[in-house]
Amino acid sequence: MTTIFGIPLQALLGQLLIGLINGSFYALLSLGLAIIFGLLRVINFAHGAQYMLGAFIAWLLLAHFGIGYWPALILAPLLVGLIGAIIECTMLRRLYSLDPLYGLLFTFGLALTIEGTFRYLYGASGQPYATPALLTGGANLGFMFLPIYRGWAIVFSLFICIGTWLLIEKTKLGSYLRAATENPVLVQSFGINVPLLLTLTYGLGATLAALAGVLAAPIYQVSPLMGSNIIIVVFAVVVVGGMGSIMGAIVTGYLLGVAEGLTKVFYPEASNIVIFVIMAIVLLLRPAGLFGRDA
Amino acid sequence: MTLTLELQNQKERTPIVAQTVFLGAGLAFLLAAPLFFYPVFLMKLLCFALFACAFNLLLGYTGLLSFGHAAFFGGAAYFTGHAVKEWGLPPELGILAGVVGAALLGVVIGFFAIRRQGIYFAMITLALAQMFYFFCLQAEFTHGEDGIQSVPRGHLFGFIDLSQSSNMYYFVLAVFVIGIAIIWRIINSPFGMILKSIRENETRAISLGYSVRNYKLGAFVMSAALTGLAGGLKALVFQFATLTDVGWQMSGEVILMTLLGGIGTLIGPLFGAALVVTLQNYLATSEFPVTIITGVVFMICVLLFRRGIVGEFYNSRLGRRLGFEHRQKH
Repeated sequence: MTTIFGIPLQALLGQLLIGLINGSFYALLSLGLAIIFGLLRVINFAHGAQYMLGAFIAWLLLAHFGIGYWPALILAPLLVGLIGAIIECTMLRRLYSLDPLYGLLFTFGLALTIEGTFRYLYGASGQPYATPALLTGGANLGFMFLPIYRGWAIVFSLFICIGTWLLIEKTKLGSYLRAATENPVLVQSFGINVPLLLTLTYGLGATLAALAGVLAAPIYQVSPLMGSNIIIVVFAVVVVGGMGSIMGAIVTGYLLGVAEGLTKVFYPEASNIVIFVIMAIVLLLRPAGLFGRDA
Repeated sequence: MTLTLELQNQKERTPIVAQTVFLGAGLAFLLAAPLFFYPVFLMKLLCFALFACAFNLLLGYTGLLSFGHAAFFGGAAYFTGHAVKEWGLPPELGILAGVVGAALLGVVIGFFAIRRQGIYFAMITLALAQMFYFFCLQAEFTHGEDGIQSVPRGHLFGFIDLSQSSNMYYFVLAVFVIGIAIIWRIINSPFGMILKSIRENETRAISLGYSVRNYKLGAFVMSAALTGLAGGLKALVFQFATLTDVGWQMSGEVILMTLLGGIGTLIGPLFGAALVVTLQNYLATSEFPVTIITGVVFMICVLLFRRGIVGEFYNSRLGRRLGFEHRQKH
């Protein structure tokens, strides 16, 4: 058997794949966080809860209405995005004039409420979500076995990441968004409805989180705690990447996912904390983050 | 002329009189409380109140929101538990071990966290505390999921038996009062004034020549050490130390206590802690999960009630009349 540094190639590639999958979710989630933060100056602590909500709505749709994976992949994110927009309109909006920390605290409370409710209703244990029929099975790549769904998750999340990047960098709406990030007052005076833009942005961020959730449902179990387990890691990812650029968030997400996967091969005990260690090192060498602009 | 002078004197005296009366009444209540309430409940309350007051030293007086204070609280509980149970140290030295451990942890986490400001500071403290959580999960001396069980309370100074709950209560009360006195001393010292100036306008503090970083780190470590005092005390009260106390939920809980009671008021967190602990005790027997209530209270506080209970009182007409006018961070 081929080995690299005394590690069987099979194991290495297997962990690399898991790392890429985790990285896909880190990228999707930190992308949403970065978009929301860019415009609203709010760190969305509820991002993990919205991710969980996406997965849970997909599961509920299947369990109660027999609606399968593909419609759920569209319905659940839209629903969560709508809920997000309503929350922004009715509550979050009142906090923009205050210290940004209040936005963090508010969304933290929101996350606790959502998670607590789902734990109360469905218990803390996970619910399995079947892989859609089209994507079951696996492909033998010669050097390793690739479950098709995992390949799909990586490709699809990459597609969404690039799509979102194009939306923000290359479209008219995206140019409004970037302009409003730079100077909201000026953009407003040009006749662009900035409050609506803020609502849409928060909705878009929540949609991305929920999309990641639906995508994750067949891989991890659907559990009320799945969001809070991942959100802290994603925060570390965001600190490493800096929130200056959308691309930065995406690239850092994948990189750290892979770094975590590789650590599992070489030094499994540290795999839980490797991202935090990387964060500490980055803070020492480049406090603004790898792609950050502010000091 | 004499009349105006007297009036002025009276005006200045009212706040001091009112404060002394409140302080005396509060102390008398705490001294007599074991007659009316379950001592373990009171001790838990005092531990959390000290925790929240120590946390407020950082949030309320320096303007730094730490999302990782559970590491110091739970960490100190582990250190004290280990020192007392495995090394056989007396309780006073055990708590000292907790305080020193938490302070060292504070130096490390603070060193990294103060490199960024505002929201990043919160995220970094959260991430590093989570790292410490994973460390506790895997480390040998914490016994993983089981935690450190049956920690002996021991004899204070060799002759006061702390396994008696009334002795333990007055010990906890004494430590609590000392802790609050230390916090009061810090915030009313020149050091504390500089912390407040950093809270109000960091750039100006820098331009005035203060090495803001050192002051922030100092405040962070002091807050961590005092949090450690509360955590070590809690390990002795409950006689165990578990992962619950290092989890991020605990960091959130202490923020809620502080927010609810009044950020930037000396005794506000005490009221916040009392409310939250009472609520938890009340709901512990019911099916309904505390998290939902905690979350909703959080949202309401942030949206409508940012001054907190004590802050609202200070700003009310009665509070102003009693001379409690107060500036808080908003």
